[in-house]
Amino acid sequence: MSAVVKAGGALAEYTDERLGIAPFMKRSLNKVFPDHWSFMLGEIALYSFIILLLSGTYLTLWFKPSMTEIVYNGSYVPLDGVKMSEAYASTLNISFDVRGGLLMRQIHHWAALFFLVAMTVHMLRVFFTGAFRKPRELNWVMGAGLLTLGILEGFAGYSLPDDLLSGTGLRIAEGIVLAIPILGTWLSFLLFNGQFPGLDFIPRLYTVHVLLIPGIILALVTVHLMLVWHQKHTQYPGPGRTEKNVVGFPLLPVYMAKAGGFFFIVFGVTTLMAAIITINPIWAFGPYTPDQVSAGSQPDWYMGWLDGAVRITPNWEWNIGNYSISWNIFLPAVVLAGAIFTALGAYPFIERWATGDNREHHILDRPRNAPTRTALGVMAIGFYGMLWISGGNDIIATTFDLSINTITYVLRVAVFVVPPIIFVITKRICLSLQRRDHDKLLHGIESGNILRTPEGEFIEIHLPLGDKEKAKILGKVDHVPIALESGVDENGVANPKGRTARLRAKFSHWFYGDNVYLPTAAEIEAAEAHAAHDYHEQHAVIDDFRGLEITSEPVLHSPAIGGHESNPHQH
Amino acid sequence: MSDIATPGTTADEHGHDSGDLELPNGRPAPAPLPHEPRRADVDPKAARRAERQVSTMFIVASLLFLAFLAAYIGIDKNVVIALPVIGTMSASNLALGLTLGLALFLIGAGAIHWAKKLMPDIEVVQERHVLESSPTDREEAISVFEAGATESGFGSRKIIRRSLITSLVLLPLPLVIILRDMWVTPTDSPSPNELLSETIWTKGERIVTDGSYRPIRPEDIPVGGLVNVVPASLEKVEEAEGTLNERAKAASILVRMTPAEIRSQQGGSAEEPWDVQGILAFSKICTHVGCPISLYQQRTHQLLCPCHQSTFDLADSAKVVFGPAARRMPQLPITVDSEGYLVARSDFQEHVGPSFWEQGAS
Repeated sequence: MSAVVKAGGALAEYTDERLGIAPFMKRSLNKVFPDHWSFMLGEIALYSFIILLLSGTYLTLWFKPSMTEIVYNGSYVPLDGVKMSEAYASTLNISFDVRGGLLMRQIHHWAALFFLVAMTVHMLRVFFTGAFRKPRELNWVMGAGLLTLGILEGFAGYSLPDDLLSGTGLRIAEGIVLAIPILGTWLSFLLFNGQFPGLDFIPRLYTVHVLLIPGIILALVTVHLMLVWHQKHTQYPGPGRTEKNVVGFPLLPVYMAKAGGFFFIVFGVTTLMAAIITINPIWAFGPYTPDQVSAGSQPDWYMGWLDGAVRITPNWEWNIGNYSISWNIFLPAVVLAGAIFTALGAYPFIERWATGDNREHHILDRPRNAPTRTALGVMAIGFYGMLWISGGNDIIATTFDLSINTITYVLRVAVFVVPPIIFVITKRICLSLQRRDHDKLLHGIESGNILRTPEGEFIEIHLPLGDKEKAKILGKVDHVPIALESGVDENGVANPKGRTARLRAKFSHWFYGDNVYLPTAAEIEAAEAHAAHDYHEQHAVIDDFRGLEITSEPVLHSPAIGGHESNPHQH
Repeated sequence: MSDIATPGTTADEHGHDSGDLELPNGRPAPAPLPHEPRRADVDPKAARRAERQVSTMFIVASLLFLAFLAAYIGIDKNVVIALPVIGTMSASNLALGLTLGLALFLIGAGAIHWAKKLMPDIEVVQERHVLESSPTDREEAISVFEAGATESGFGSRKIIRRSLITSLVLLPLPLVIILRDMWVTPTDSPSPNELLSETIWTKGERIVTDGSYRPIRPEDIPVGGLVNVVPASLEKVEEAEGTLNERAKAASILVRMTPAEIRSQQGGSAEEPWDVQGILAFSKICTHVGCPISLYQQRTHQLLCPCHQSTFDLADSAKVVFGPAARRMPQLPITVDSEGYLVARSDFQEHVGPSFWEQGAS
């Protein structure tokens, strides 16, 4: 035992005498975490958040959240003598006069993008593998909350420097608030302390950005991780993995080294990107003024879909008496956004109701084994994609020299037509993959090698399935749809719950009805015995052939059926 | 508890028996694969090599931190360098970022390399425990709760319960009301509706160029031209108020077309036309969500908003011809004053900027 380890032991003793945490330490240090690359996505989100807290704290040392107009006299010559808000001037100051300030700004912006990408992809992973199912629904809801807060936080941070691009974003946000029926005008006046832009919005937004939202995110992340810890991580099906165990590596030392090391890798990569790739060059946009804008204005990627929805909604506005409802803004920016995040948070409960699946799940679904869920997810990605493309319709028009009007009309249709098509295609692909798994279990893997038997028969040699692959396929759960109940009981009395039950059965059938069931253990056994027999016979043929002496180059000849055979010599 | 009839399922018995390798589909779980030793496990040379690699990464990281320090002190913040692919960039940013980023990356890579090559790679199996508590625990917890709840009298003392609930329901009231002064309204302040409906354009207000505040004569604008304009008093108003609020409403554009090209206008008569020799004035603030518009296509007289692509036909009363905007761009009635400069005849006759609830049909 080295001196370092001994010192650590002494420290542990000191702590335990005061806190009595030995039982907790014993369990925790030994805790097993399953290993898979897709489990690192949530880690990236967590680490990006830590990087955001660190770099953000740096930025607060110099940033002045003030809209008071001053004249710039810093070292960025092109804007020398220009009137601008203190917020913008201090951001220029961070970028040009504070050593390492630009690096911190760029780290902060890159980390914000990574944070949102990582959260999104992590959520997709959790969705497609069914990790949100019982007992983890609460963690899913928290995750949906975190994503929503992350988007708001990103928008708030992006708006603080008060450059021309971010100010335009705020103007659009104000237009959206104004479009809220009844309350909108007052809400906007309260937020901005009067008319847009006023002098108070950026200081207010600053508090929201550096205190309120990060505080809530930090609290939610903590509970999110405590639940992962308490409920233990899910795992993919594989050798030795069941619903009742966790197979992986212990926290100390392997996971601590890997996860800790991964934090440094994420931090390092973010810093390297900040070093070589300029992001959000606010000095190039100029200070905000409400009467200027640059063409091709684009929000950060995570807001693009919302902007796209606003772009393609037709110009519906109602005037009822002395009041107006701007459906053209309210519908995409408030109703749609609200509906999407509500549906996201509610999904585990919807699926549980529709399938009646009340079991605990610790082994993950392979996406193909839950075809309807997977198809719904890919369909949602398609819907998002259509909106996102809509958000760049002007860029597409100028890049490809197309008519902006045509693109917009096409997207108005595509946003409704493309997602269902994607649903059908994805579901078919999933079912095909299930059938292939089924075939693999019964017939092994196609080797691509064709054998001609002495009788002239052509056979493709199948190889036995590897243990790992087999375990993966066998981990599938055969979901059975809820049986369709009759609306009346045996005495002919109408079942009060009949309609709900029938609806549920229909949903359940829609969800699971097309699934391909795994062959039974007996079928697999029989198939394996059969395959072993075939394998043996085929090899007997090959061995016979190997025994022959090759006297000349093999002659390729076309059999009557057509095509050419492969030469067993080559195997 | 399963609602689903899966043959042979044992989902509702959470046994702790470690030999019970069974999948939810009732099949025996495939056995764990045997562990295959890595090179460093069997070859001390490989282990030493891995050790060297890991410590080298940590040492290089330390050196890079020192290099960061040197770059911080040694590189002037104003030095800009041009690099292939990357383009021009602050030398200080590049040097600080590369040294810090690489150092952090190497610490991470070293730790992971250490874990992968030298720490045990034998998979460990741990049992999951049933998440729900045992029935006894649950019953006990419920009975403790019930006893406490009964003792509190929350259920039986109706008047206490109801009065407490009432006061708690009212609690948010002061908390929300207190936000009212987020908009500090002077005693004589107009309503939001009025504030959003008025701009500083008034009768006789000179139209000046945005930025240089120069008054404009009709002959200054060629046919097909577009000028960004503001009211002459804007400069003083902004100085007095210290905000950009009036600019956000009053910003306008002048366009000139031949009078024959103008198909319709939002108002004016033969005696008091709203244009001056084919010069038309419109608000610059989009009626959709308020972006300033300046993409003007001379040939078609169309004005396109760069934010959401609403398109307005300026030759035809600035009607919406495409996009999400619902209302036309308000026209500013203009004329010339005694000195021959362009002035406004009045404020806009329609709401400028995005729609809002109290706006109504205007």
